[in-house]
Amino acid sequence: MRNDSRLLILHPDDNIAVICQPIKAGEVYQLDGATLTMPATIGLGHKIARRAIAMDEPILKYGVPIGLATAPIAPGAHVHIHNMRSGYTPTVSLEAARAAHEGGK
Amino acid sequence: MMIQGYQRSDGRKGIRNVVAVAYLVECAHHVAREITYPHRDGAHVIGFPGCFPNVYAQKMMERLCTHPNVGAVLLVSLGCESFNRYQLEQVVAASGRPVKTLVIQKSGGTRSAIAAGQDWVAQTIADLADAPRVDMALSDLIIGTVCGGSDGTSGITGNPATGRAFDKLVEAGAACIFEETGELIGCEEIMAARAATPELADELRAAVYKAEAYYDTLGFGSFAAGNADGGLSTIEEKSMGAYAKSGSSTISGLIKPGDIPPKGGLYLMDVVPDGPVRFGFPNISDNAEIVEMMASGAHMTIFVTGRGSVVGSAIAPVIKIAANPEMYENLHEDMDINAGRILLGQASLDEIGAEIFELVARVAAGEQTKSESLGHTEFILTYKSFEPIGPACLPV
Repeated sequence: MRNDSRLLILHPDDNIAVICQPIKAGEVYQLDGATLTMPATIGLGHKIARRAIAMDEPILKYGVPIGLATAPIAPGAHVHIHNMRSGYTPTVSLEAARAAHEGGK
Repeated sequence: MMIQGYQRSDGRKGIRNVVAVAYLVECAHHVAREITYPHRDGAHVIGFPGCFPNVYAQKMMERLCTHPNVGAVLLVSLGCESFNRYQLEQVVAASGRPVKTLVIQKSGGTRSAIAAGQDWVAQTIADLADAPRVDMALSDLIIGTVCGGSDGTSGITGNPATGRAFDKLVEAGAACIFEETGELIGCEEIMAARAATPELADELRAAVYKAEAYYDTLGFGSFAAGNADGGLSTIEEKSMGAYAKSGSSTISGLIKPGDIPPKGGLYLMDVVPDGPVRFGFPNISDNAEIVEMMASGAHMTIFVTGRGSVVGSAIAPVIKIAANPEMYENLHEDMDINAGRILLGQASLDEIGAEIFELVARVAAGEQTKSESLGHTEFILTYKSFEPIGPACLPV
């Protein structure tokens, strides 16, 4: 079965796919022969796992490592700063500050 | 497309004929800004805020005040700052440009200095109006590229499309500059493989290793919180996307800010200071990078953005490329090209690359970019320190 056209696989070796058109939470899509359900509404340009990825395994995008998994990642899961890290310098994010701010409202 | 440029005495040609109003310390910034207000289309503020001397800042200001897009210069000094205004005035005068230094402490105060500056700028703009024009080819152009407010779409749409435009510009004989070695961490080997010579390959690798060590000391990569919101998880992921702006041409040379490419081709600009970490982050925001490419003669900058930047620049036009359709909808009044159409299947990378190439030619011929027409003239220059480039860095 064809991959969902809203997903982009940049290189055949990649273990992630890039979301290039919106897919809402709960929507069903095809990826690498599997039928998966989008776990949450994830923004354009974000990544989901093409297959199970083990802890400390490199995340491959454009066919090259862009970091390492910090937890086991299931097929179809969002791959981002909560479950991967840089092999170089830490990533800055305002997610915790934003959550605290929005939680206080 | 016929480009009518402005001939400068050093052989370069400009695509604009701007009066630069340059403050030489932050204390003179307000006066400089007020001087340009009635003449905002023809006079742009540039400057250096620091009161301590800095070899890099002096060189940058000399290069910027003799940039091919600059037709005349008004220097605005408080009077007691350390900046060597005498040398800067000499360099500008030697280039054949009209130049005047206004010293606020000798001018009777803020109001008098502004009035004197406005009079000079008004007369100079009138004088420049009938400046002779000369034919200019794409091979006379130096084009820079930068990405800012990057996200996970930048590296699959706008950046590779800019790379296609760069390939066409290099083929046409232009000099193209990509930069921000801190955003090439992880790409050093694939980039080195494109160097014109093995010695240059070593220089390219060394520039990225230097950036890695520098940012490691600072404790942060060249990575903003909004990059993560946009789906980028690590500096090496951002790097791979940024690297795509360089296209596929052979890399002809490595330059540092203020070095002018000696001939056409693709150049990496090493923007990370040499020596121990001093003065803080290498480039504190996107305009710092644009300013450094202008100091190396860039006539304009192609700026790819995913989250959505609105900046332009003093002196040299900025073309803004939207990397995704959602941001384009939000900021369409600021975007020159919508590369987000690639995600919708409405355009290919080659088609967007061709659009960028054609827009570069039209902007060189005088068409205003969105940021120009909106009056954006951002500018920032901070402290840095560099050693000269090595002998293997430039093409022979």
